[in-house]
Amino acid sequence: MSDGIFKPDSIPMLALGYRFQWEPAQDCHVLLYPEGMVKLNGPAAEILKRINDKQQTVAELIAELKVAFNGADLDDDVYQFLEEAYGNDWIRKQ
Amino acid sequence: MATTGSENNKAPGSTGGANGMNVRDAIRQPLWLLAELTYSCPLQCPYCSNPMDFAAVKSELTTEQWLSVFRQAREMGATQLGLSGGEPLARPDLIELIREARKMGFYINLITSGVGLNADKVAEFKEAGLDHIQVSFQASSEDLNNLIAGTDAFQHKIEMARAVKANGYPMVLCFVTHRQNIDQIDEILDLAINLEADYVELATTQYYGWAMHNRDQLLPLKEQLERAEAIAHRYQDEQKGNMKIYYVVPDYYEDRPKACMNGWGNVFLTVAPDGTALPCHAARELPGMQLPNVRDLSIREIWEGSNDFNRFRGFDWMQEPCRSCDERFKDFGGCRCQAYMLTGDPAKTDPVCSKSPDHHLILEAIERGRMEAAKPAEKAKPLVFRNPKNSKEICGL
Repeated sequence: MSDGIFKPDSIPMLALGYRFQWEPAQDCHVLLYPEGMVKLNGPAAEILKRINDKQQTVAELIAELKVAFNGADLDDDVYQFLEEAYGNDWIRKQ
Repeated sequence: MATTGSENNKAPGSTGGANGMNVRDAIRQPLWLLAELTYSCPLQCPYCSNPMDFAAVKSELTTEQWLSVFRQAREMGATQLGLSGGEPLARPDLIELIREARKMGFYINLITSGVGLNADKVAEFKEAGLDHIQVSFQASSEDLNNLIAGTDAFQHKIEMARAVKANGYPMVLCFVTHRQNIDQIDEILDLAINLEADYVELATTQYYGWAMHNRDQLLPLKEQLERAEAIAHRYQDEQKGNMKIYYVVPDYYEDRPKACMNGWGNVFLTVAPDGTALPCHAARELPGMQLPNVRDLSIREIWEGSNDFNRFRGFDWMQEPCRSCDERFKDFGGCRCQAYMLTGDPAKTDPVCSKSPDHHLILEAIERGRMEAAKPAEKAKPLVFRNPKNSKEICGL
């Protein structure tokens, strides 16, 4: 599935001014941006962590997630999340 | 620049955020710390939300005291730090405060007029860990901007907005709109496009402090708002994916109140220049406040235990029509300061609400603004500018 903004060779990046960090007081990862915060659920955090840690293509990111999660079939979920995150202005394409 | 920002968003991928049930069940965390570092300001904006008697505040918190406030709030879960004032650039220790706050993990927002800023400082602040600079403009044209700010600041602000962009910050422009500049909204937005702003906040003047004093001169007319709204929506469509435009209708023209501060003592903590801790930056003017100070009490003691922060927390304090209204979980009864300023009772329903028995006060204020607007310029009440001289005169200091 890649009829959206993101293709296997796209490189997603956090949008300008967004910061990804662990919040002990919230007991979850969050995205911080000008005057706001989004608390992230587990799957969202796993994807955004990999976008934040290094520049890599969507295909590489998915491969990494598969290794971490025992080869789970998560391609569609990742693409769907990326489109949503893009729609929310959390991420952009390099 | 004494303005405030929006609350936390709830979006897909998030674990869920503010709702009335959480608020009712437990004291939540002070997620947003607004540090009003100083009341010093080179501008004299007549819509300032600082208290009228700001000139009475003499002693500001020291660097160490501010850092202690930051540390305590951070430990309690605060993530957003707003550095405001007055003009925060008037604090010589600003860079140190930024550097230390960033080490603590804050997302740091500098809310500034840009006066006192230069390109070197913009770069130094970035290096120290500042996340975001919000530059405020008074209007789009040089003359009006300088008139409203009471100073010759416009060209400099433009340069500073460019420096912010060049240093890789997200560029957030804030225009405070009111009757005397709202007709220029298209010029304002063209200027924002020209400056390649990432976000534009068309912030409507909120009637507190100096702005309340000048309300008859500042409240926009309905037809002005209708025009401005249509233009803002057109630009929103045209700029989709490019520049985000936030446009908020002034609450005087709504029939439900704003969810002020997202609920009293719920997520928002203001610390004033003298260390007074407040549930919102205007709350100092309410009667019966004990005004706890961070010099005497810990942030936790103030947030969880003080009379001030518990006074309008939750829903038990409410009167009718709020008390039995389903919408109380959404709007928390509106703004306590507005209820007090307009009705004399801070526990009443915000008169903005059309269900409020005091709603006529809003309609009358709008009518007074309209009558004032119809007067020839020489007969209109002059704007009272926010400066120490006027503060002392009006408040008898």
